[in-house]
Amino acid sequence: MTTLLRDAIGMNIGTTRRDFLKLAGAGAVLAGFLRGGAAMAADTDTVTIAYNVNLPAFDPTVGPSAVNPTIQAIYRSIFDQYVGQKPDLSFEPGLLTEWGWNDDKTKVWMTVREGVTWHDDSKLTPEDVVWSLERAGDEKSGNPIQFVWSTIGNFTIDGQRIEADVKSFDPTLFKWMAFLTGYVMPKAYYEKVGAEGFEQKPIGTGPYMVDEFQSNGFLRLKAHKDYWGGKPAFETVIFKFVPDASSRVAEIESGGSDVTLQIPYEEYDRLTKGGRFSGTCEPVSDIGMIFINNVEPLLDKNVRLAACHAVDKQAIITRLLRGYGTPIDTLEAPGYAAYDPSIKVPHDPELARKLLADSGFSTDNPVKVTIQTTRGYMPKDYEMIQAIVGMWRKVGIEATIEVYEIAKHYELRAADQLAPFAFYNWGNAIGDPATSTGFAMFGPSPHSVWNTDDLDARIAPLWGEKDEEKRIEGWKAVDRYIAEEGYVLPILQYAQPIVFRKGLTVTANQSEALQPTLIAPDKA
Amino acid sequence: MRVPFLAVLPWRSLLLAMVTLFGVAVVSFVLLRVVPGDPIAMMISPGASPEDIMRLRASYGLDRSIPVQFVIWLGHAVTGDFGTSISMRQDVMHLIAGRLPATTELTLLALVIALVLGIGTAVLSTLSRRKLVGAAIENGNGILLAVPDFVWALTFVVLFGVAWQILPISGRIDPRISTDFATNFVLFEGLLRLRPAVVGDVLAHMIMPAFALALPLAAVIMRVLKGALEAEGQQDYALLAKIRGRSKLRITLQETLRNALVPTLALTGVQFTFMFGGTVIVERIFSYPGIGNLAIDAVINRDLPLIQGLILVFGLIFILINLAVEASFAMLNPRLRHG
Repeated sequence: MTTLLRDAIGMNIGTTRRDFLKLAGAGAVLAGFLRGGAAMAADTDTVTIAYNVNLPAFDPTVGPSAVNPTIQAIYRSIFDQYVGQKPDLSFEPGLLTEWGWNDDKTKVWMTVREGVTWHDDSKLTPEDVVWSLERAGDEKSGNPIQFVWSTIGNFTIDGQRIEADVKSFDPTLFKWMAFLTGYVMPKAYYEKVGAEGFEQKPIGTGPYMVDEFQSNGFLRLKAHKDYWGGKPAFETVIFKFVPDASSRVAEIESGGSDVTLQIPYEEYDRLTKGGRFSGTCEPVSDIGMIFINNVEPLLDKNVRLAACHAVDKQAIITRLLRGYGTPIDTLEAPGYAAYDPSIKVPHDPELARKLLADSGFSTDNPVKVTIQTTRGYMPKDYEMIQAIVGMWRKVGIEATIEVYEIAKHYELRAADQLAPFAFYNWGNAIGDPATSTGFAMFGPSPHSVWNTDDLDARIAPLWGEKDEEKRIEGWKAVDRYIAEEGYVLPILQYAQPIVFRKGLTVTANQSEALQPTLIAPDKA
Repeated sequence: MRVPFLAVLPWRSLLLAMVTLFGVAVVSFVLLRVVPGDPIAMMISPGASPEDIMRLRASYGLDRSIPVQFVIWLGHAVTGDFGTSISMRQDVMHLIAGRLPATTELTLLALVIALVLGIGTAVLSTLSRRKLVGAAIENGNGILLAVPDFVWALTFVVLFGVAWQILPISGRIDPRISTDFATNFVLFEGLLRLRPAVVGDVLAHMIMPAFALALPLAAVIMRVLKGALEAEGQQDYALLAKIRGRSKLRITLQETLRNALVPTLALTGVQFTFMFGGTVIVERIFSYPGIGNLAIDAVINRDLPLIQGLILVFGLIFILINLAVEASFAMLNPRLRHG
């Protein structure tokens, strides 16, 4: 090497072993300096989360990001919802301490919590709540859930109590108050700074305040010391936006983050079994399903039911998802309000063969269909469909797989042009049947795929059913009918992998929102 | 003699560049609207009626024909209004201007690394008398050429982020550091403000992505420059210098390198524009908040105004770099001057 250098520069530079050691020493100093910049997540007052999505905008009530379930963890850190939601999806007081309808469901009433302060130290008032609801219900506001908020109006305020007229009865109104866009916004502050000013410096009443934000980089929050729910566990919370799953694994392994989520199940097992990290992988309110379109050859009930009975869901979960997931037979997962464990669509290949034979199909004369799926959008989505196609082949269904981007799926679904079978995932963090079976299966819904009058006639009366018990039982009956007719092929309820460093405790949230308030240091 | 910059500016190329940019705008605008993925379909709320969907489509101007949409867009664009991002609800140019400094700093650092490595190894290889050294450099060069930037990125993450934890693997700066700078040129402004902690941290975050981007370019520079140096070494002036007893090192550094750099510069310019394209994946891997990362988010969200703005900016960068290379060419070689 020395000779080469001498040759190269044409002179004796006198490189010796001592020089080499000096260089090595300098390199070590540099390495130490760089390590200092490696953002090691070690402060006990700070928790750093390697998060899987970027935060596009701060306003949690308008625009496409407002209906992105993954981002709700960040919104719930800065803002408070009208109604709170526990990790098991049950509801609890939020900024409203009480709420309800009058007896004939023509009015709603709410009581606003006292002693709540905004991040600018001003007080939360019932006017803030009314302004937020009116703004959300205004179709010009850009609130994607405006169709729910616009069902009430004519607000009156008496002390901390708010009353409003019910313009059209929606039984899920108060559930939505704990879900997408159900956040209380600061009337006076927003009117003062405007939409753009709010995006530059947002304030809420939530447990954490925005300290610094670098889009696509990170969001740093600091504790809201006067938070009505008590002092948060950490002084500082950092969300690092790391959309690539491999990079998130590397982030936590390198010590750059304390917590991460949505990593491959293989990596989850490797990390949690290695001893350095703890983890939780609990079921969440997101299901994998196959839409069935009312087109040939699926107008034949025998073919639909054969397709459903041929699928061994438990085998898919065990072999492809390493056991993480729960098989489901309706669009209601365990924990949802209308979940009925007695509705079963068992794996029965013999029955599937018989059903197909009744319609003149067999393995020698298979029914031919197309199935569409994403690849890599959800864990093992393509592999799952490959496995299902293999199971179908054994009973007499020959399916061709067509891979598309998720945006194409939305486009085709909105135009009702999906293939006979189409894989999709469906989230429902309020666990209400209207937001799962309802929107997925009711013909007039822009998201439904199976559109027939028989099913619509059963669903239609349930939208405005005022007797809650009767409403839930009605949806269970609809789910049973759908299972008997084979109008959809539910596969599994997903589990959400979360990995965190030793010394922390993370409470799994069935709604998928990894809120910092659910992370705490281990009790010594 | 000093050559005025305006004199060497390729005016004809400038005019062609504007035509090219217009062409990019037309093609990208049309393509974005005919490829699969309707942004409105991704925004439809669960209870939306057909009227709601039509109203939503109209609010983004997507209910008009493509030519009408383009004319409206162009009318706004010439005034500097490139629309509002669908997903981020902010002015498109404001968003891009906020991210461009991060990518500019990253690519410039990568360019410097590529030039140092490429020129250094080319000169070293030319001067080396040992076959073994030449072969080693040649083989190493082959590996650098064959391995794409994102593979280098993943390798660096594993080596220096996970196995030997000396470098941060995501972001642009430690989230615990507050900068409060006037611009988003954090590295440059940190240097000007003499903030070593900021500069050190930003550099630590940039080293791996910069090297990932630089290595393939360094290999190209090395290969072209080495060939050019060998060709120049056979020229009369170089042989004469050799007969006069000048060392190979002096001939290379003082005589042949300057001439050999001309074709290398042209190639570096072209490759530098590709490097901007390479930032898309590399920035994603390192969660680096530049326009590459922004571009992926824009595509995922089918954010048509943002994608359109980004394509135009990438196109503009491509054109500007090529113009700069042409102008530099003219300055270095009077025979190529225009006018």
